[in-house]
This record gives sequence, structure tokens and C-alpha cells, in this order.
Amino acid sequence: MKNLVYINGNGHLSKAAFEVVTYAKKLGGNVTVLATGKMDSSLLSSLGAYGATEVLINRGITGNDDQQIAAWIASKASEVSNIVFSHDFQGKAIAPRLSVRLKAGLIAGAVSLPETDGSVKVNVFSGKAFGFVKAHSAQRIISLLPNSIAPEEIGNSCPVSEITEEMGATTVRVISVKKPEGAIPLPEAEMVVSAGRGLKGPEHWGMIESLANSLGAATACSRPVADIGWRPHHEHVGQTGVAIRPNLYIAVGISGAIQHLAGVNGSKVIVVVNTDAEAPFFKAADYGVVGDAFEVIPKLTEAIHKFKAAQ
Amino acid sequence: MKILVCISKAPDTTSKIAFTNNNSAFDENGVQYIVNPYDEWYALVRALEIKETSGADVTIITVGTSADEAIMRKALAIGADEAVRIDAEPTDAFMVASEISNYAKTQGFDLVLTGKETINFNGAQIGGMIAEGLNSPYVSIASKLDVHGTMLTLEREITGGVEVVEVALPAVVSCAKGMAEQRIPNMRGIMAARTKPLQVLPSTVTEALTSYVTFASPPAKSSVKLIDPNNMDELVSLLHNEAKVI
Repeated sequence: MKNLVYINGNGHLSKAAFEVVTYAKKLGGNVTVLATGKMDSSLLSSLGAYGATEVLINRGITGNDDQQIAAWIASKASEVSNIVFSHDFQGKAIAPRLSVRLKAGLIAGAVSLPETDGSVKVNVFSGKAFGFVKAHSAQRIISLLPNSIAPEEIGNSCPVSEITEEMGATTVRVISVKKPEGAIPLPEAEMVVSAGRGLKGPEHWGMIESLANSLGAATACSRPVADIGWRPHHEHVGQTGVAIRPNLYIAVGISGAIQHLAGVNGSKVIVVVNTDAEAPFFKAADYGVVGDAFEVIPKLTEAIHKFKAAQ
Repeated sequence: MKILVCISKAPDTTSKIAFTNNNSAFDENGVQYIVNPYDEWYALVRALEIKETSGADVTIITVGTSADEAIMRKALAIGADEAVRIDAEPTDAFMVASEISNYAKTQGFDLVLTGKETINFNGAQIGGMIAEGLNSPYVSIASKLDVHGTMLTLEREITGGVEVVEVALPAVVSCAKGMAEQRIPNMRGIMAARTKPLQVLPSTVTEALTSYVTFASPPAKSSVKLIDPNNMDELVSLLHNEAKVI
């Protein structure tokens, strides 16, 4: 059996890349990684450790043009059983195109490996339920939600072939990219500290950042906070913002409206800090602290520093 | 300029999510359907804003049965000019997208808009599939869209940031928060919607590539463990020893 994985070779080699390679390996058979972008070959060869048989990097495609990338992947897809993407902005753009082009069923938003009947578990109803989807086509495309399976190192590096195959002129011209430097992209973060209106103003975010730094977590916020401009929009998690599934989600001063929960209910462990014991978020939480964030958060940060120092 | 806005029905966000028929189908009992929020608040309203500033003809399309005409009338009441319903029970994203691209192919739309995903299936598939069917460029998860003649300038989400891109019409765009604000239809709009054209066309696609075998509800969350606000060491210890996340 032959499987393909697509990864974006611009920027760093993300955890999502290790996840999709691990996933494809566990489907069985050989795994060929198709990459586009400027990434160094030596970096890409490390994907062998997660089960990649080989990597092909196409230097002829430099941007994120889904039309070019889908055409290139399709040209490599003969006799391939599965094509795996991360269910990120690129997976969401390329995989549907490829599905139509190859007439291959797309299983979007997978959260685990296939069941014995061949169906794959996906997130539906904004995290309020799971569905089990089967593809009826000979080839299958799967886009995997980030943080759904743990990357597994099983081997050594693998060969990388650099090729240049141009797939026509790009129709989507990139004018600029706004990316906060050094920040952990939210969908990839294993821990997230998030705060809401309970913080009373943007000037109080320092303690949220201190708590996040103590854990190595990313910071996020609720919708009202992004809407009134206390925090940038890319930090907004929830149904209309970014959907995340970290191992640990700490929500501070967020009441837990249904739309917020829809974006975070995939988190493995949820800690809620709120002054209001009746806040609906406590019903979705694993651990709760009923108390004033201005007192609780510095204490929690200190306790984490103490814990880390003792490790 | 001709704009096509693809809309889908979705259960109201407060609906109870339950399944029937041995967990093989969504239990519609007592469920109130709305226009999928991404389709309505962002795609449709932005199309109407373009119509108001530079003139456009806005058509909405859905693939569904006559029961879906209620949400179509809502979209007309908000301000769409005309509506098209492909008369078929939707089976999967490929089928729905193929119905829409088969229709759109012959109609000369300059811009096709969808929501970034539906809140019931969360697949984010339709826009890209329509774009492939029409052989058009596609910009996914756009939070800003401006028209300059035959060009579009957009902001779209990328991992950990935002990309500003430019694309020539015709194009397909999936719309996310930031692009427009929700509009409530007024009485005049609701009255006018009754007489706006709603065309029903036969299905052209029989094939589906995927199907749901079964559904499951997430395991019930055990009740929250409350920690004394003066004992954060206990919380840290629980996160380490019990939850094993730090």
C-alpha cells in the first residue's frame, strides 16, 4: 500500500507535520511526503523518524496556491490508497479540490485512525458529537484535526528528493503576511491559557501571559474580548474564531457560552477560573476554581514555577 | 457583477444534538433550522454590501428539499435578489458541491461565496470543491474581501497569522468572521421576500463519495472537581499526577 502526505515546507516543521506522517504510517504501507516551499532538505529528512519512506520537495511551488498544489499532488497519486492532510488552512483548501479531481472521498476533520469497518471518526456539530464516515471510492483523502494523535518516533531519517515541477502561473498573488513573531500558533499549542471579560481590561493581560509563560502555553481570548479590541482577533477561540484541541485549556474569567465551548470542547483537560460559581463553563470543566482571577492566577503561576523548579 | 451565495441549513446553536435510527441519522425532532451562520452573517451580508456600494445581482443557492424554502426566504428577506433550490436530499459534500458547480458553470457568476464551514458538519469542503468544479481560484477562510474592478483583495487565515492576497475574478471565496456583521431582516424585506423569484431545478448529480455510517455523542463529562482558590499547589499536583498534562 502507498500513502501520500502533504506538508507545507514554508516556515518551521510543525507538530502537525509529525502527526500526519505518524497517521499515514499507521494506515500501513509506504509513506511518501509531498512538500512545497523553501524548507531545507536536511530538516525534511527528519520526517523519516516518524515513518516517512521518502520526501519529495517541489521547489517549483513557493506559495500557498491550492490549485497548483492540488494539481501537483494529483500527478503523484496513481496507485495511492490514502492521501493525508492536516485539517488546517491548507488542508481545508487543497483536500476538497483533490477530492473532486481524483473523485476520491474526503474525510474531513478526522480525530482518530480508521475503525475496523473502515470508517473514520470525525468531529461534527461543532464538537458536540462524533460521526463515523466511510469513503466509497478506491482512493481516500483524510484531513486530520491537529492534536488528534501523538507523533511517534520509530526510525531514522529518510531520503529527500528536490524537484522543480512548475504547475502553471499562480492565480492567488500574496501581497503581505501578518504573523506575530515567535508566538505558538494556537491550533498547534499543547497548552492554552485563555481569558475573557472577567479580566476587566487589556492592561491586566500581563498575569495571563506570565501564567502562559510558566507553562510554555499559548494565549487566547474569548470573542467579546477580541471584538472590543483588548486582544488581537487571531487569539479569539470559539465557534467563529479558532477551534483548538490542546491537552490543557485554562479559561480565566470566561463564562462559557455555547459558542465558546464549540471551539474548545475538544481540549483534553479544561480548568476554569471564575468568580461566578454558576458560570456554565464549570459544567464543561475538569477542574474549577471559584475565585477572583486577580488573586488566583498569580498564585497558580507561582505554584507552577515551584513545581517546575522541583522537577 | 453577478454573485452566487451558497447557503445551507443548520440546526439552531441551542438545539439538542441527538441521533435516531440506531444512531445513523440526526434527530430532527424539535430542531429549529437556521441559515448556517457563516453563510448568512459573512457570505450573504458581504455580497449585499458589495451590491449596495458597487452594484451586483445576488443569487442564493441551496441543495435541499421544499422544507428548506423557509431558510431561503430568510436569505431573500435579508436582501438577496433571487433564489435557486436544487431539488435533492443532500448526501455528501461532493454531491452538494457538484450540484452547485454544475448549475454555476452556465450562469456566468463573477464571484461565488460560501461560509467557511457549516456548524453541523464542520467539513470546510464545499468551497474548494466548487472551485475545482469551476476551475476557478479559491481563497479559503477569508475575513476581509474588497472588490476593485475585476480584482479581489482578501485577507485570509493561515496558521498563526493572516495573509493578504489578490485574485482575479471569477473566483470562489469561503467567508469567516470579520468580513461583515449579521443583519436582521426588516418587515419590508420580509414582505418583499415573498414575491422574489425562487427557482427549483432538478438534481444533476447522483454520486456521493462518502457517507456517515453512524454518529456518537461524546462521553458525558464527569462533574467538575473544585479546588480551593488558596491551594493552587493542589491544582498543579492534580494536573501533574491525575490529569497528566503537565
